[in-house]
Amino acid sequence: MLDQQRDYVLRTVEERGVRLVRLWFTDVLGNLKSFAISPAELENALNDGMTFDGSSIDGFSRLQESDVLAIPDPNTFEVMPWVDAKGAEARVFCDIHNLDGTPFHGDPRQVLRRNLDAARAQGFEFLVAPDMEYFYFEPPVAGQKPVPLDEGGFFDLTSNDVSSSMRKETIRTLETMGIPVEYSFHEDAPSQQEIDLRHTDALSMADSVMTFRMVVKEIAAMHNVHATFMPKPLEGVQGSGMHLHLSLFSGENNAFYDESDPYNLSLVAKQFMAGLLRHAAEITAVTNQTVNSYKRLVPGFEAPVHISWARNNRSGLIRVPIAKRGNASATRIEYRSPDPACNPYLAFSVILAAGLKGIREGYELAPEADANLFEMDDDVLLKLGIDQLPQSLSDSLRIMEQSSLVLEALGEHIFEWFLRNKRSEWRAYKTQVTPYELTRYLKSI
Amino acid sequence: MVANALEMLVVYPDPPPTDLARMLDLSGYRWKAVSSTDEATRNEPAKGWAGAIIVCDEDPEAAWLFARSLRKRDTPVSPVVVLVSGAQLADLELRDDLYEDFCLTPFHPRELEARLRHLLWQSVGGTRPELIEHGGLALNLETYQATFNNHPLDLTYMEYELLKFLAQNPGKVFSREMLLSRVWGYEYYGGARTVDVHVRRLRAKLGEEHANLIQTVRSVGYRFGQSRWGS
Repeated sequence: MLDQQRDYVLRTVEERGVRLVRLWFTDVLGNLKSFAISPAELENALNDGMTFDGSSIDGFSRLQESDVLAIPDPNTFEVMPWVDAKGAEARVFCDIHNLDGTPFHGDPRQVLRRNLDAARAQGFEFLVAPDMEYFYFEPPVAGQKPVPLDEGGFFDLTSNDVSSSMRKETIRTLETMGIPVEYSFHEDAPSQQEIDLRHTDALSMADSVMTFRMVVKEIAAMHNVHATFMPKPLEGVQGSGMHLHLSLFSGENNAFYDESDPYNLSLVAKQFMAGLLRHAAEITAVTNQTVNSYKRLVPGFEAPVHISWARNNRSGLIRVPIAKRGNASATRIEYRSPDPACNPYLAFSVILAAGLKGIREGYELAPEADANLFEMDDDVLLKLGIDQLPQSLSDSLRIMEQSSLVLEALGEHIFEWFLRNKRSEWRAYKTQVTPYELTRYLKSI
Repeated sequence: MVANALEMLVVYPDPPPTDLARMLDLSGYRWKAVSSTDEATRNEPAKGWAGAIIVCDEDPEAAWLFARSLRKRDTPVSPVVVLVSGAQLADLELRDDLYEDFCLTPFHPRELEARLRHLLWQSVGGTRPELIEHGGLALNLETYQATFNNHPLDLTYMEYELLKFLAQNPGKVFSREMLLSRVWGYEYYGGARTVDVHVRRLRAKLGEEHANLIQTVRSVGYRFGQSRWGS
């Protein structure tokens, strides 16, 4: 099978006149990395991988084992939809291996593979559909606030037309790259867009999220516009989230569905939710990995703050969308805290690990919290046993550090590197004296 | 590289010239030498002869008779390569129906090998590149290329394999499990949902207008094109 796949890739390169093949992989922080090879090198790359210096890349650095192998996953080979005059380009995602062929522990894609294999060993396939939110801005000027397109007189056309035509172009491109779109719309905040992707298995989806972010940015750049996945780029309006619709399947059956349950949720679904809720604070550093992420997770902007679940309450961390009656395969839960600046491979890994632990250990799901939690006093919440998500990157890291669940899901290599890297990000942030502080304190104290 | 290493060639006469036998052995072909039409019939494998090599420069008349007998059967043997001497070139005239290709004796082993390989490769895929066509969709099974209304469709390997399988069986309904076992049949993530995911991708790539080429058959699975029964 693998031979046929390789053959398919090589033939396609030849038939389509591909001049450049981009090998894609992802660093620990979720940045897309790429190096290009010529078609002549491809066969060799498919068989033996390409050696590169891992220490040149964030998270892949360890002096004593700096050389690693990028082995293309031929099933992800796609000809890129934009063709320039010089000929077609293609991309293929890679798994990173050590020179002895074992999976490289610093490779997020391998981490997700390992977690998906664990799910399979429990009899489950993990499916994910993300709602991707992002902003279009005028090209940024250092130190200035971002300028939404909808406000500026930047274009002769009304800027709404520009945004929506870029969004449409993005969707067309995604679809030709095999990333089907469910819905898309202009979000509430100025210049904010949302594109919801149709569910796939988690590994394909993590690849798709990487492709998605690249395509959105590329197409914006072609129009001299800056697209950003920064979680909270503007004060006072809602930020960009990446709500994740999650389900587990056993064979053809949705393991989250139970016809006889009033919520149509199976015991498996409830235990998975209970696992996610119990370990939510531990995995937040991964699902919300920037200092800025925590400025989104505040009351009043449709982002979750409390660790709770409900059917129709968007202030909760988990929402259970009401599936159309009898549509068992659409039964799912929506995990609402992640933002699009996360590393999707790692985020899917820790979310899955938390849910699976709930199933394995038979956690019990707390009752639904259907009231608006933003309006409740802290002591009422305390009585209900409803906790809050970590308030800052620093809080998140402190909780993650104690988590054997996250350590196991990410593996020691990434776990330690991530904590180290993110602590230094927090330290750099902490030393800032912000305009807020100057305005608030300089005169009054 | 031998396309059909398990299939058997018939060689005339028995014994064949030693340089021919050596060439066939070195190239990894399986072959059986015969000295008459009867012998060829008696020794024919169940799947039939994959081709024939007929040496004409020893006893031309008998050799051409043998060649004609291979073509007269209900299922004619093909491809046939004849080996002729330079003086026999005129014999080829009016016998075009008896052979696919010829080689001059003394032959160059690598030339004969190349001719044979090319002929057998063609006969494996039918005598021309195999093409599946349906509406505006064309799949070239040899080059793996898919086009729609002559525009190339860029598909991943599994998308291509799924489309190929469906297009080879138009009008037939397949369950997800069936498609998984026939098209995937190896380790993949996503279980039976994988089929839905790939169908969506294919529909997205085919474009809205042609998305209904692959139809969802409620609570059963998928069908390519219209039902055979016109429903």
